[in-house]
Amino acid sequence: MDDRVILRIGAKILIPFILLFALYVQFHGDYGPGGGFQAGVIFAAAFVLYALVFGLGNAVKVLPPQAVYVCGALGVMIYMGVGFVTMALGGAFLDYNVLAPDPTHGQHYGILAVELGVLVTVFGVMVALFYAFAGRRRLDL
Amino acid sequence: MDLAFAVVSWACIMGGLFFMIVGSVGVLRMPDVFTRLHAAGMTDTLGAGLIILGLCFQTVSGIVDGETSYWFVLIRLVLVDAFLTFTSPISTHALARAAIAGGVEPWTKEEAEGA
Repeated sequence: MDDRVILRIGAKILIPFILLFALYVQFHGDYGPGGGFQAGVIFAAAFVLYALVFGLGNAVKVLPPQAVYVCGALGVMIYMGVGFVTMALGGAFLDYNVLAPDPTHGQHYGILAVELGVLVTVFGVMVALFYAFAGRRRLDL
Repeated sequence: MDLAFAVVSWACIMGGLFFMIVGSVGVLRMPDVFTRLHAAGMTDTLGAGLIILGLCFQTVSGIVDGETSYWFVLIRLVLVDAFLTFTSPISTHALARAAIAGGVEPWTKEEAEGA
C-alpha cells in the first residue's frame, strides 16, 4: 500500500477543503449559486473520494451504512419538522414568515433550515447509492 | 502603469492559451495513453495557471485604481490556482497508475519503426 502515497497525501489534504466548500455552497446558497442539493453532493463526494483512496472497509468504519440511512431519513424529518413548527406557531405549512418577528428574517431562517434538511438527505442518499454499488462483488463472466 | 499591467496580463493570458492549444493538439495527436496524459496534464497546470496569473494582474490593476472589492476576486483566483496545482497532477498520476494496472503497454520508438 506504500506505493500509493501521492494519492493518499493528496486526498488527506483535499478532503477537509471539499467538506468546507460543501458548507460554503450550502450557506452561500441564498446569496449566490448553490444550495442544499449541490452541497449534499459535494459533501458526499468527499466521502466517495475517501472510499476510493483508502478502501471501502475504512470508509464504512468512518461512516457506517446505518448512519447513512439515518441521514437519508433525518433530512426529510428536518424539512417536515420546519413545516410543523410553522404550523405550531400559527402559520400555514412551511409558512416561514412566522419563524421570526420580522417576516424577512423568518424567510431567511426557514430557507436555511429547509436547505439543511435537503443537504442531509442528499448526502445520505448519495453515499448510500455509492455503498450499494461499491459493495457489489465483481461478476466473473 | 495601467498599460504595463495590461501588457503583462495579456502576455500571461496569451501564454496560457498557447499551452492550452499545444496540449489539445497533443491529446489529439500523441500515440498512446501516457503521452496523451502528459499533454493533457500540461494544459491544466501551465495553461490554466498562466491564464489565472494573467487574470490576477487584471485584478491587481483594478485594486491599484481603487476597486477594493477586487481583493476578494484576487484571493479566489489564488485559491483556484492552488487547488488546480494540487488536483491536476494527482489526477494525472492516478490515471497513469490505473493505465499501468490495467495492462497498457507504454509506446516505444521500436514499435513506431516496426509499424
